[in-house]
Amino acid sequence: MAAMFSQNPLMNGPNYSFNDAPRTAAPEGARQHRFDPYTDNGGSTLAIAGADFAIMAGDTRLTSGYSINSRYHPKLFKIGGTTADQKDATIVLSVVGFAADGEALKERLDAICKMYRYRHGKPMSVKACAQRLSTILYQKRFFPYYVYAILGGLDEEGKGAVYSYDPVGSYEREQCRAGGAAASLIMPFLDNQVNFKNQYEPGSGVGHALQERERKPLTRSEGEILVKDAFDGAVERHIEVGDGLQMMVITKDGIEEVLLPLKKD
Amino acid sequence: MDHRPQAWGRPRDDVYGAYDHSYLQNSGPRQATQAPIVTGTSVIAIKYKNGVVMAADNLASYGSLARFPDVKRLRVFLDSSVIGFSGDVSDMQFLDRHLTELSIDEAYEDPSSDSKAGQLNAANLHKYLQKLLYKRRNDFDPLWNQLLIAGFDGDSKPYLASVDLRGTSFTSPSLATGFGSALAQPIMRRYAATEEDAAKLSREEAVEVIKECMKVLYYRDARSLDRYSIAVVTKEGVELKEDEQLEKQSWAFAEQIKGYGTQTV
Amino acid sequence: MFRNNYDNDSVTFSPQGRIFQVEYAAEAVKQGSVVVGIASKTHAVLVAIKRNAEELSSYQKKLFPIDEHVGIAIAGLTSDARVLSNFMKQQCLGHRLTYGRNMPVRTLVDMIGSKAQINTQHYGKRPYGVGLLVAGVDDHGPHLFEFQPSGMTEEMVAFAIGARSQMARTYLEKNLDAFADCGREELIRHGLKALKESLVQDRELTIDNTSVAIVGVEKQEDGTTKPQPFKVYDGQDVSAWIESVADNAEAAPATAEGEGMDVDS
Repeated sequence: MAAMFSQNPLMNGPNYSFNDAPRTAAPEGARQHRFDPYTDNGGSTLAIAGADFAIMAGDTRLTSGYSINSRYHPKLFKIGGTTADQKDATIVLSVVGFAADGEALKERLDAICKMYRYRHGKPMSVKACAQRLSTILYQKRFFPYYVYAILGGLDEEGKGAVYSYDPVGSYEREQCRAGGAAASLIMPFLDNQVNFKNQYEPGSGVGHALQERERKPLTRSEGEILVKDAFDGAVERHIEVGDGLQMMVITKDGIEEVLLPLKKD
Repeated sequence: MDHRPQAWGRPRDDVYGAYDHSYLQNSGPRQATQAPIVTGTSVIAIKYKNGVVMAADNLASYGSLARFPDVKRLRVFLDSSVIGFSGDVSDMQFLDRHLTELSIDEAYEDPSSDSKAGQLNAANLHKYLQKLLYKRRNDFDPLWNQLLIAGFDGDSKPYLASVDLRGTSFTSPSLATGFGSALAQPIMRRYAATEEDAAKLSREEAVEVIKECMKVLYYRDARSLDRYSIAVVTKEGVELKEDEQLEKQSWAFAEQIKGYGTQTV
Repeated sequence: MFRNNYDNDSVTFSPQGRIFQVEYAAEAVKQGSVVVGIASKTHAVLVAIKRNAEELSSYQKKLFPIDEHVGIAIAGLTSDARVLSNFMKQQCLGHRLTYGRNMPVRTLVDMIGSKAQINTQHYGKRPYGVGLLVAGVDDHGPHLFEFQPSGMTEEMVAFAIGARSQMARTYLEKNLDAFADCGREELIRHGLKALKESLVQDRELTIDNTSVAIVGVEKQEDGTTKPQPFKVYDGQDVSAWIESVADNAEAAPATAEGEGMDVDS
C-alpha cells in the first residue's frame, strides 16, 4: 500500500506512476490472483494562490497503462453551486489519481456543500469546505479514496486560498501545489518560480551574505503563463500528461474557465 | 464400485476421490467473483453526425475455448440507448435482468405519455451503471465487465461513454473495450479524433469504419468471431442487427507471414 | 364527556367510515395562512401570505426551495413541513447523484404521498399537520401538485390551501382558462390577485407579508428549452409585483409589467 501512494519515481528502478513493475516473488512461490480495486488514471494537476485570485489547472487526459482512454476528461470541478451547472459556485476541487474515486469524492463534497447551503442559506467558506474534505478523506482511512485533491477558492478576506491533500486527509494551506503523475516534475519548478527558492539577489555577496530574492505575489497573467509553461514541460517528459489543459481562475467576480491545447502524443 | 442409487451418475470416488461439497455450504466467508469465467471480447463504438454506431461479436469464450458462438452482447434500453458488454457473461446477464427491471419501473413512471420525454436517456443510464459498478467494486464484489453506453444526452446530442468493473467512466468520440482499445481505437480515431470530426461523419461512413474495425479484430484477436451484432442509435430509435457476417475478408496477408523474429523461410 | 369515540387514533374507522384524526389534520392545514399556486405552459408560481405571531416577531417562512427545479409552499405546521422538506431535498439529491438528472416532479410527490399515508394506517403515529403545494418543472414541463395530510396528491392547474383559501380558489376558478398561456409576470399577478381575495377586510399585501416563487422553462436561442431554477422572492424584490396588482394600478398594467421585469435581475 505504501508504494501506491509514493511519489518517488525510483522505488524499483525507473518506472511510470502506474505500477507495471513485476512484484517481488510471493512467498512459497504462491501467486494469488485477486481483485485490485485501484488503478492509476494518470494526469496532473496544479494550483497557485494569488493576492486576490486562485488558479486551478489540470490536464484532460485519462489513461490506463499505456492506453489513452479519453482526451477530454476534466479533473477540475466547481463545487457547491445552487444548480447542477454550478454557475454560482465559488470553490473548485481538483482530483487526480484513480478517476472513479475522484468522481465519487467530488460528488460527495458537492452534495455536502449543497446541503450546507440548504440548511444555512449561504454558501460554505473555503476554509470550512477544506476542513470537511479532510474529514471525508479520513473517514475512508482504511479503504482510501486514491486521489490527490486540491481545493481552491477565496478566503474570508478575499485572498486566494489553495488547500492540498494526501489520499487519507492530511491537508495544508499553501501558496502553490502540484499533484498527480507529473507532480515531481512540476513542483520544483513552482518552488523556484512562485516561492523564488534558490533565487538570490545578484552581487549581494557569497555564503551567508547571499540575500534571497524578495518574494512578491504573482499577478494573474504571470500565474497563467507559469501554469501553461509547467504543463508544456510535463507533457514533454511524462507520457500520462497531455491532450488538453483545463484552467479555472477564481476571482471575486466568479470562476473563469479556460481550455488550452496540449500536445496529444 | 458403489452400486447404491445415491451414487448413480456421480463421479466415482475411487477414481476421482471423494466429492468436495464445500462449495455448497452457505456458512463461512462468501466468495465474490475473483475472475471472469465465460467472457466476451471487445465492444467498439463510434459517434457520427446523428447518432452512434456500436458493434460486438456474438462469441462467449471459456478461456481459449470458443464456448458459446451465438451470444448477443448488445442490449437495447427503452428503444433509445444501447449497451455493449464485454467481460464476464454471467455478470452481463445479471445486468441485463437488472436493466429489464429498471426499464419496467421507468415505464410505470408516466404511462400516459408515449414520448421519450422524461425517460432515462443514455447519459442518465451511464451515470446509473457507473454508480452500480462503483458500488460493487467498493463491496469487493465487482461485476467483471467493461460496458459501452450509446444514445443521446439531455441536450439530444449523441452520447457515448464507458464504465468498467472499478467504476471508472469516461467519454470519447470513439470507444473500444479490451483488445479493441489497441486494435480498433487507432483506426476509429483516424476518422473521429475529435467531437467536431465525429459530427461530420455520415451514418454510412460510421458503419463502414465499424465494419472495418470488426474485421481487423477478427484477424488479430484470437477470442473473436466473424458473426457479430451491430446497432445504430438515432433519435428515432435503435436499429439492431444481431446476426451479421463479416464481409470482404482477405487472408492473403497470412501468406506473407514467415514466422517471427529472425526466421525468414 | 367524550364527544367522539373514534378520534383517538388514526387506525379506527368511525361507523360512518371516517377517520377523524386524518380529518383533524386536514383542519390544521386550514389554520395556516393562505398559499396559492398556478401553473401555465411555461411556468409554475407559488405565492404566499406570511404571518408574524406578534409585532415584534419576524415573518414565518412559507416558500421553500427543494432542488433547483422544485419548491414547495406550506400551510399548517411548519415543523412538520420541515420534515417533509428535508425528505424531499434528500430524495432529489439522491436521484441527481444516481441518474444525473432532475427528479421527475410526479415521482417526488408520489414519494411524500406514500410517506404521509403510512402515518394514517399505523397505530401510535400522527398524520402530518401540513398541506403542500409543490411547484416544479421536468421534461414534461411545469407542474403544480397539491398534497394533503391524508397522503392524497393531485396535479392541479391552479390551487390554494390555507385559511380563507376558498375565496382564492373562487378567483382561480373564474380565471382558469387564462392561465395556460400566461407568461411569468402575468401568472404572478394572477397569483397575487387570488391571494388578495383571501385577505381579511383591512389587510393589504405588503413587501413584508408577501412571498413569491417562480420556476419555469425558458426557450433558448437555439430553440431548445432550459429549466429556469426555482427562486423565492421576498421583501423589496416583490414590491413591483404588489404595486402592479394594487387596486388603483389596475388601469395601467402595461407599465407594471415593465417594473415587474426589473425585479428579476
